[in-house]
Amino acid sequence: MTDTFEPVIVGFTCNWCSYRAADLAGMARIKYAPNVRLIRLMCSGRLDPQFVFKALAEGADGVLISGCHPGDCHYIEQNYKTMRRFALLKRTLAALGIEPTRVRLVWASAAEGNILAEEIDRMVAEIKALGPLNWKQRMMKDKGHLSAVSSQPTAVTGGAQ
Amino acid sequence: MSTNGKPKFAMYWAAACGGCEIAVLNIHEKILDVDAHFDVAFWPVAMDAKYKDLEAMEDNSILLSLFNGAIRNDENAHIAHLLRRKSQILVAFGACATQGGIPGLANLSPVHEVVDTAFTTISTDNADNLRPQPHYRVPEGELTIPKLYPTVQALDQVVPVDYYMPGCPPESHQIAAVIDLVVQVLEGKAQLPPKGTVIGAGVSSVCDECTRTRNEKKIKQFVRIQDIPVDPTLCLLEQGILCAGSATRSGCGALCPKAGMPCVGCYGPADATSDHGARLLNAIASVIDSRDPAEIEKILDGIPDPAGMLYRFGLPRSLLHASKSAWS
Repeated sequence: MTDTFEPVIVGFTCNWCSYRAADLAGMARIKYAPNVRLIRLMCSGRLDPQFVFKALAEGADGVLISGCHPGDCHYIEQNYKTMRRFALLKRTLAALGIEPTRVRLVWASAAEGNILAEEIDRMVAEIKALGPLNWKQRMMKDKGHLSAVSSQPTAVTGGAQ
Repeated sequence: MSTNGKPKFAMYWAAACGGCEIAVLNIHEKILDVDAHFDVAFWPVAMDAKYKDLEAMEDNSILLSLFNGAIRNDENAHIAHLLRRKSQILVAFGACATQGGIPGLANLSPVHEVVDTAFTTISTDNADNLRPQPHYRVPEGELTIPKLYPTVQALDQVVPVDYYMPGCPPESHQIAAVIDLVVQVLEGKAQLPPKGTVIGAGVSSVCDECTRTRNEKKIKQFVRIQDIPVDPTLCLLEQGILCAGSATRSGCGALCPKAGMPCVGCYGPADATSDHGARLLNAIASVIDSRDPAEIEKILDGIPDPAGMLYRFGLPRSLLHASKSAWS
């Protein structure tokens, strides 16, 4: 891919850990790639797979999901649900042709700003190597194909099937 | 209005199996109401019709069109546009028209692979390895067949749709209820619901209509119904059988789970859900009874085809629409 490609990554963070980890990274002046747009959820367990599909369908090149380490959930065990859903989500995305690098799950406590920053750097570098996802463009091309054909006189004439 | 004063009715099948047409005939004597209140203007399965007759009709001259089937090729799209123009009310009828349906599973593969599968696999007698040609010259002139699109679309991804009627096929009592409603509207006794409404279905999930006993769900293993002695009264998902009921719109009366078959999700997503598969993914993965990543992976091996299972009826209408390979 060209050097000018800057991936757009949507990052879902947990209010109680990874969002604060990102805050800490900022306060500690840790430098990391600016490609992630963070969205704060109350818990990684709030992450509906629809959010991931929507982000990818509307232009994101990757999605970062982050939450508290297993055992540390503010809501007792919701991050275990995230762990299970992510496992099935990964398999589903693979079947839909989306590289595993593009959607990843990172556990980061409120004290682990450096870990979150490292993970973001690594993810950005890997997605840069993969290139843009362009899902929206693919779908638009499909639409263009449809309207182009249907506005022309159809090849079909005569009787019904 | 036709010459006999009755409003016009049309029904069409695009990329479909024909089950929706059977379901309409399966409303028994109610079909006489259709005949009593409507003049059937265009219904290729039931009566002889020519596309040129439909093309010649005035715009908006058909009151009600039921469109079943997905949009797979340019013929499907042409008739969708034509019926949209000629109809006052266009209903996406059945799972294929509303969600893409079973034909929508083709969006997991590039179209040339779909064609290869149809023309080369062992069940096909095609010794010369022939392929359909869009144009073919014969002594009488040139023959054409419709062109396949790269991916399958739901009806409303091609033309605006007034109402959605889900199901594979829609249940006959639901069809009868909708016909009753339209007849009452014609007689001035009722009003049509707002455009965009899902009609002939419920608003909650199949679980709400299922009579099986539900407890806390904890799944250690996914199985298929032939693998275990199925408990006749216990929730199927609790027994490890992949049932789509919890994420699927009600309205069918939970016929499949009541009969011991897991829900396959043909009524599509429930209200306020944009992606059926995502909701089903949530429901199924959350109840896996393990906190160990390796064990979770092992349990998930019991789902051999996650995308096909989660999006059995709704891949074209899902947020991602298709797999990347379909566009390659």
